[in-house]
Amino acid sequence: MLDDFLVRAGLGGLGVALAAAPLGCFVVWRRMAYFGEATAHGAMLGVALSLAFEQSIFIGPLIVAVLMAWTVSLFSQRNYATDTILGVFAHSALALGLVVVSFISGVRIDLMAYLFGDILAVSGSDLAIIWGGVVLICGLMAWRWTPLLLATLNEELAYAAGIKPKREQLILTLSLGITVAVSIKVVGILLIAAMLIIPAAAARQLARTPEGMVAITAVVGCISVIAGLNAAFHFDTPTAPTIVCVSLIAFILLFVMNANTNSKAKGKS
Amino acid sequence: MNLISLKKVTVAYGNSTVLRNVDLNLNSGEIVTIVGPNGSGKTTLLRAIIGSVQPKTGTITLKPGLKIGYVPQRLNFDRTLPLTVQRFLSLSDPVSRDMCIHALQRAGVPQLLKEQMSDISGGQFQRVLLARALLGQPEVLILDEATQGLDQPGSAAFYRQIETVRNETGCAVLMISHDLHVVMSASDQVICLNGHVCCAGTPSAVLSTPEYRELFGTGTGGALALYRHDHDHVHEHDSSGAEAVT
Repeated sequence: MLDDFLVRAGLGGLGVALAAAPLGCFVVWRRMAYFGEATAHGAMLGVALSLAFEQSIFIGPLIVAVLMAWTVSLFSQRNYATDTILGVFAHSALALGLVVVSFISGVRIDLMAYLFGDILAVSGSDLAIIWGGVVLICGLMAWRWTPLLLATLNEELAYAAGIKPKREQLILTLSLGITVAVSIKVVGILLIAAMLIIPAAAARQLARTPEGMVAITAVVGCISVIAGLNAAFHFDTPTAPTIVCVSLIAFILLFVMNANTNSKAKGKS
Repeated sequence: MNLISLKKVTVAYGNSTVLRNVDLNLNSGEIVTIVGPNGSGKTTLLRAIIGSVQPKTGTITLKPGLKIGYVPQRLNFDRTLPLTVQRFLSLSDPVSRDMCIHALQRAGVPQLLKEQMSDISGGQFQRVLLARALLGQPEVLILDEATQGLDQPGSAAFYRQIETVRNETGCAVLMISHDLHVVMSASDQVICLNGHVCCAGTPSAVLSTPEYRELFGTGTGGALALYRHDHDHVHEHDSSGAEAVT
């Protein structure tokens, strides 16, 4: 069954959707959308370093993501807003990555595959790494779920419960790095943030509890992947952008549905 | 039996002394209110009792194994995070639905169980925080300006609720407030703080002290004078260092 490239593509996409579900929710709750974007862009430098040192393309982005988080927290204490620092380093990392790649001779590098993903070329070993990442992230999230939620909700409450918000932030950053690293092959650097944010934003419309929101996000993400793959196959469109377009449709549908139920509820009372 | 006992407690941040020689006793079932202007060391006093600040000199004694329920100042909750009241109450420790309902009843808001935290009013929000503190079945409730942002009727209703909780559960209450006139009627003991204890006692005893007259003015008498007092007097120590801390 794994011999079929469409099956491998589907499994890879589902893995990314599942890994992105809890992370995407935290990105939405903590207003880290730009941070997610920056981590993803920084991954280009990671990819370049991986290629230069002939390492797996999962290692470089992970290291760059952690370095990025550390740099941002270092600089944001010194007269700069976080988004300014992110703007400086995210785009620099992307540019630097593209420059470094141009120095690597001998290997023919398909830049488009890294920028927009190449889901149809997902191999068996890619699948192993992607699903390994999914298990790792779900494990981390399950282990730190309550402290993460409390730290997200209110730092004061977290301190009162003996939780260190800074440490929880680090765990989130690490998980984000892992998510970005396993998503590059499937959706590409430029669309990872979309996979993080759009399904979670769509799920916010229906969710009543944090756990419910993660579950709905996972469902929206998985449906987007499967429907997007099918649509791309049918209409002969680029796969990753098609998946993102489907999740946008889901977002709009849920938004309109929710607006309708809300106005009906108001009409009754 | 003293639940909390402070003897000659002095707290300093760096070189600035925030609290000087503060004595305080909290007995079971008693409601003690601390009043004082900004920078008078009210929050520092609570921090010292909770243990997040160490006194420079003096002793703080808590009854061994004392269970404290803490109600913070108004918190900011973001609409981006969906959260029902029930889920909020069971956030740090898992508690049953029945326990949630019971705690909400005690706090006077049993109807809120299924509501979203972001949809309830400021007054309801403080009651949910109170319910959260009550879930741990505390022997002492500590409230840090719990009615900040509420209007006078809202604050008054909240403090009546605190009194009801005390009468029903027998827990002691230690609270900070700037709604002086609102708090007075519910308190067994009032401590007026301005770096040191200016005056202390039952509300009526405090009313008749010369220190009180000096602090709160004599013109209007009673609650209104208390409400209007603005601590523009100067004490023998320098309180300007304390200003920056709280």
